[in-house]
Amino acid sequence: MTAPVFLLLAVLVVAAALTVVAHPSPVYSACALVVTLFLLSVFFVALDAQLVAVLQVIVYAGAIVVLFLFVIMLLNLTQPESRPTAGVPVVAVAVGGGIGIAALVAAALRRVPPAGAPALPEGFGDTAALARRLFTAYVLPFELTSVLLLVAIVGAVGLASRKG
Amino acid sequence: MPPGAPLTWYLGLSAVVFAIGTVGVLVRRNIIVIFMAIELMLNAVNLTFVAFARSLGSMDGQVIVFFVMTVAAAEAAVGLAIILALFRNRETTNADELVTLRW
Amino acid sequence: MTPTTALRWIVLLPAAGVFFHVFVGRRAIAAVKVVGPGLVGAAFAVAVVAAFRLRALPEGGILRDHVYTWIAAGPFRADAVLRLDALSAVMALVVTGVGFLIHVYSVGYMSGDRGFARYFAYLNLFTTAMLILVLADNLVLLFVGWEGVGLCSYLLIGFWYEKPENAAAGKKAFLVNRIGDAGFLLGLFVLVWTLGRHGFWTLDVAEIERHLDVLRTATIGGWPVPVVVGLLLFMGATGKSAQLPLYVWLPDAMAGPTPVSALIHAATMVTAGVYMIARLHALYALAPAALTVVAVVGAATALFAAVIATAQTDIKRVLAYSTVSQLGYMFLGLGVGATGAAVFHLVTHAFFKALLFLGAGSVIHGLGGEQDMQRMGGLRERMPVTFWTMAAAGLAIAGVPPLAGFFSKDEIVSSAFREMPVLGVVGLVAAALTAYYTGRLLCLTFLGRSRLSHEAEHHVHESPPVMTLPLAILAVGAVAGGFLPVPALLGHRGEAGAPLALMALATGLAVGGLWLAYQLHVVHPAVPAQVAARLGGFYQLVRDKFRVDELYDAVVIRPLFAAADVAARGIDPKLIDGTVNGTGMLVAATSGVWRRLQTGNVQHYALFFLLGALALLGYYVGR
Repeated sequence: MTAPVFLLLAVLVVAAALTVVAHPSPVYSACALVVTLFLLSVFFVALDAQLVAVLQVIVYAGAIVVLFLFVIMLLNLTQPESRPTAGVPVVAVAVGGGIGIAALVAAALRRVPPAGAPALPEGFGDTAALARRLFTAYVLPFELTSVLLLVAIVGAVGLASRKG
Repeated sequence: MPPGAPLTWYLGLSAVVFAIGTVGVLVRRNIIVIFMAIELMLNAVNLTFVAFARSLGSMDGQVIVFFVMTVAAAEAAVGLAIILALFRNRETTNADELVTLRW
Repeated sequence: MTPTTALRWIVLLPAAGVFFHVFVGRRAIAAVKVVGPGLVGAAFAVAVVAAFRLRALPEGGILRDHVYTWIAAGPFRADAVLRLDALSAVMALVVTGVGFLIHVYSVGYMSGDRGFARYFAYLNLFTTAMLILVLADNLVLLFVGWEGVGLCSYLLIGFWYEKPENAAAGKKAFLVNRIGDAGFLLGLFVLVWTLGRHGFWTLDVAEIERHLDVLRTATIGGWPVPVVVGLLLFMGATGKSAQLPLYVWLPDAMAGPTPVSALIHAATMVTAGVYMIARLHALYALAPAALTVVAVVGAATALFAAVIATAQTDIKRVLAYSTVSQLGYMFLGLGVGATGAAVFHLVTHAFFKALLFLGAGSVIHGLGGEQDMQRMGGLRERMPVTFWTMAAAGLAIAGVPPLAGFFSKDEIVSSAFREMPVLGVVGLVAAALTAYYTGRLLCLTFLGRSRLSHEAEHHVHESPPVMTLPLAILAVGAVAGGFLPVPALLGHRGEAGAPLALMALATGLAVGGLWLAYQLHVVHPAVPAQVAARLGGFYQLVRDKFRVDELYDAVVIRPLFAAADVAARGIDPKLIDGTVNGTGMLVAATSGVWRRLQTGNVQHYALFFLLGALALLGYYVGR
């Protein structure tokens, strides 16, 4: 990926993100979210994280956002909202906070010496490499995460099922 | 494959997306949209991790992203279930009306 | 110093009586009549035996009974130790001996009273405390006894507490004593601190005497320590022994039963101050200024009280002021260095004053409760034993030789002339007044026409033997007591021997006073009223005891109550409660403002979260 391509994609990502946050209709926000996720997946590929990129598309864009759309349809929230955001003072402070975050990161980056791009080992970023790392050093979190998923399933079913 | 851009650019992009997500969480009234903004923030963080993994030549960053995605999935499931239960009780998804723990 | 275990029994026997009377007394009145006096009599016997043991010791020997370790706080020690030397032996014998007779008398006087057992409990308790006081080996233990007798005085003065005046009199006694006790405590503190600074943390009498050089040169705030301590301790003595200005409780104390007045306010408790100064005479010898104050106060009190006594009509009041006056003599003696004479007078005074009080009690008892001398008279034939014993006491206190009072009073007056002649003159004037008011008392009560009320006329009778026998025994003491070699026993040999001229003068004054009283109240009974009318305002002033109580009330009591009122009605509710309540209200008000932050809207909370996180991170990035 060359610099101009990066910049183009970056602009698109920001535009999509703004759409997610600003559009009155929840459905449009969900679609914009899908676009953002896809674009980020492209970035992942550029950063030699092929498995993660694929997982991003399958899990995030393919499952989570679909779940969001299910709920939107279920609760019939497709109509655009009349007053989508909070009052002016809150918006002002929040935007200010957001700019603050960006400024902070900029200031922090100024102090960090630019990291290099070392030569990578063979097969960096593919399934085997990820699996190797996952099932040796991070096997305990892996197991715990599986328990977490079980608990989440049980919880979600318990919460969402109709009572009575 | 070379990354095509210096590390700092990726971090900057990630910060911008994170900031947008934060503003969204704080400002929108619709709970579902708030959730989507949270997902946006998580993705920004994922980008940061992957960029650093590449820059430091370590797979640990990508492993963490793996976990983030898993937990985000679980969180989305449970959160949406809560929203469903809430909607059944209150007939609203407007965050401004869910204020019973007031002074 | 000879160790022994006998002395503790002198204290423990009456103490046992207290327990008996408190727990068993009410159900065994007959037993109380025996146990009450019996235990004190037993204590007297032990004291006699101990005194003989003491006699057998070589010159300067002392009996010491270490009962138990009491206070051992770092370097400071004060143990429960009793000592018997000549001075404490004399005191112990007087306390137990006269005390025993008064206990016996009380059996008759208080018979039928609802609080019979309670009375003997208090009386035994008093005896215990007084014995602790006189037998104590260190000043801390002495103070225990000091406070104990003060307590018992309060309990016994207000014995018939159903009448508010009696309770008030008891309270007054306790409070006035307390003022003196404050001074006493301060004196103890200065003393122990001075000694402690030089490494001797003790209040043992023997130790104090051994380290006199330390005290001789020590100063506190620029003042010599012996003078400061002497004056502070004397302040306690003015309270306990009813001298100016803290004597005001004694006349009011006559509200208690008469035997109580005899024991506590004549023979024993009020002499505690005299004993204390005699005990510490070595310390006082280092402070001539303090001794001068003692002598002046004593002489002034003697005169002042004698004047008041001449115009009182209540028989017990006369005797009360007489006691104050005679105590003044004792302090005068101490102040001019005649310690032996002062203690001698203490002993003789115990005999004749106790006798006078008990006799007055007998009269009151015989007349069914009458105390006003203006409604007495002509009792000589109706109550002969009472009359003759009281007459003996009257002659003794007036100072007619060869009865007891003559010798003791004379030695004091002659010593006074040697040191400060002015005080000697005061002493002689007071002696003349003493003879006069005593004669007046005897004449109004026993001689002349009977002025009894109707009920009294029918009621009047001589008292039963249980009351008249102690009177007789005390009369022997009053008559013959002058021949007891008390000063010699105490080791003060050089003080006796008043010049013949002085003795003659004193005798003349005594006889003259008595004769004047006889003339004014028996032969020409109308004259006193004319004299009083002539003296007009001054007479009224004397009659009203110079309005000292009223003065204290205006100058001390009212301002104190006013200040207390300000505190209770103003400061406490407004300032203190105000501050506490105000703090609460302040908290409530501010919290009312701050709680508006809890909007219930989670996004608002998240916003604050973000701002806080930004601030924190900004700090770290900026560093």
